[in-house]
Amino acid sequence: MDQVDVPHLFRSEFRRITSSLCRYHGIAHLQLAEDIASETFLAALETWPYRGKPDNPAAWLHRVARNKALNLLKRAGREQRTDEVVLATDMTDEAAWSTDGLHDSQLRMMFALSHPSLPAESQVGLALRILCGFGIQEIASAFLASEETISKRLYRAREILRIKGVQMEFPETTQISQRLDAVLNTLYLLYSEGYYSECHDTVLREDLCFEAMHLVRMLMDYPPANTPATRSLYALMCFHASRFRARKQVTGELILYNEQDRSQWDHALIAEGSHYLHLASSGDILTRYHVEATIAWWLTVDESNTSKWPSILSLYEHLQHFGTSPMVLLNRNYALYKVEGAATAISETEKLGWMGNQFYHALLAVLYAPSDPVRSQEHYQETLKLVKTRGDIDLIRKKLT
Amino acid sequence: MKEYALIMRHDDGAKVASPEQIQAWMKQTMDWIGGIAAKNQFVSGTGLPFQEAKVVRHDKSVVNGPFGGLKETIGGFIVVRAASSDEAAEFAKGCPVLQGEGNSVEVRLIASGDGVH
Repeated sequence: MDQVDVPHLFRSEFRRITSSLCRYHGIAHLQLAEDIASETFLAALETWPYRGKPDNPAAWLHRVARNKALNLLKRAGREQRTDEVVLATDMTDEAAWSTDGLHDSQLRMMFALSHPSLPAESQVGLALRILCGFGIQEIASAFLASEETISKRLYRAREILRIKGVQMEFPETTQISQRLDAVLNTLYLLYSEGYYSECHDTVLREDLCFEAMHLVRMLMDYPPANTPATRSLYALMCFHASRFRARKQVTGELILYNEQDRSQWDHALIAEGSHYLHLASSGDILTRYHVEATIAWWLTVDESNTSKWPSILSLYEHLQHFGTSPMVLLNRNYALYKVEGAATAISETEKLGWMGNQFYHALLAVLYAPSDPVRSQEHYQETLKLVKTRGDIDLIRKKLT
Repeated sequence: MKEYALIMRHDDGAKVASPEQIQAWMKQTMDWIGGIAAKNQFVSGTGLPFQEAKVVRHDKSVVNGPFGGLKETIGGFIVVRAASSDEAAEFAKGCPVLQGEGNSVEVRLIASGDGVH
């Protein structure tokens, strides 16, 4: 395949180049590694269109990045500024850029960026930047934050990595489970950011989800990280991703689950999810990913199956043991409505009293629709005041006619 | 046919773009030049990296950076064969650099050896 036309080649090369440079020079020089990667892409832009693209674009990029780093090293050596660029590993430069070396470095990068010394939002921000190769502006769009906020957050995160002396190392065997939990949590948040974000750019959000899935697949290739938790997280991602084409918007999904066009579901992804969920069912540890993946699997099952909603309801009850969120509670109440009817679900939902939450009003609008159309309309009005995306606004407007 | 240089000027060349953005520019630039080459009207061209750029002034002082006091920089140029500067300007209109507000492409006739244009 023509590598230049590979979608997101530069994004994945951003991850490979920064990981390899950090493996060789230390993650304390993360910013420098990012700059070198960006300069490398610009060098390609200044060359390829005029002289033709190289036969192996990835190898070309690696060679240029490597030379840029070596030049920096030489210059730092000449100027005795050895503190600026140091060698952090005894591995050879050659080995760092081999296929195995690159793969290995990316995995180490995943663990380093999920280091416990970093706050969760910094872990996700850095993962977006380094592991997914997103630009500051793209991250800001995904988080609905300003570019300045994101730049500052990333700056502080790099400082923490440097000050805490975080290394590009695989965790010790005794720590692997705990450290892997952190990596999975970061990838889960990364995916949720894409799936639930109210960012207007649908393509960007779906890219984010697929990048997160790619990273989980990389983890599954590393035996110590290929645990039932990792596999169930991957299954969960597959099931959700299968509905990308059918769902309209975030709030829309809650309202329109029943109206979704099932022929739009991606059955290959559902099959892949089922496969990994099956593989995840070994061992005796049940994680929140198992529960969420099983819910997501049930959501793909036909309405005619009478076990569907009772199973989903009981899984949502179970999910609350792992910590709860507004989305979990509201979805649980939707399942309650399907099992016990609108009256019970309304009374449980109104107890929550989340007047400023668009999903709360959207759910009540759905629950009231058959019995009390006036109240249903009132809740749609409230939802309309709170939703932000064009798609959600259009959708709620239709419900208001 | 005469030869024209299409000189790409960036309003703020120091701005950092995301990998995805650079890849998009790459594709657009290749498509642009490829389109001109397909008509056999592309002569040559090059990008001009900012690294190692220097400006030498009247007093022979040397400053680093391509900017020479201005934010605007030349990012590269291509030479095309065209019947007229109007045709060359049509090629210039397809240049992806123009997507950036404030950027421009300057069309200049290449002096021919015989002094007759």
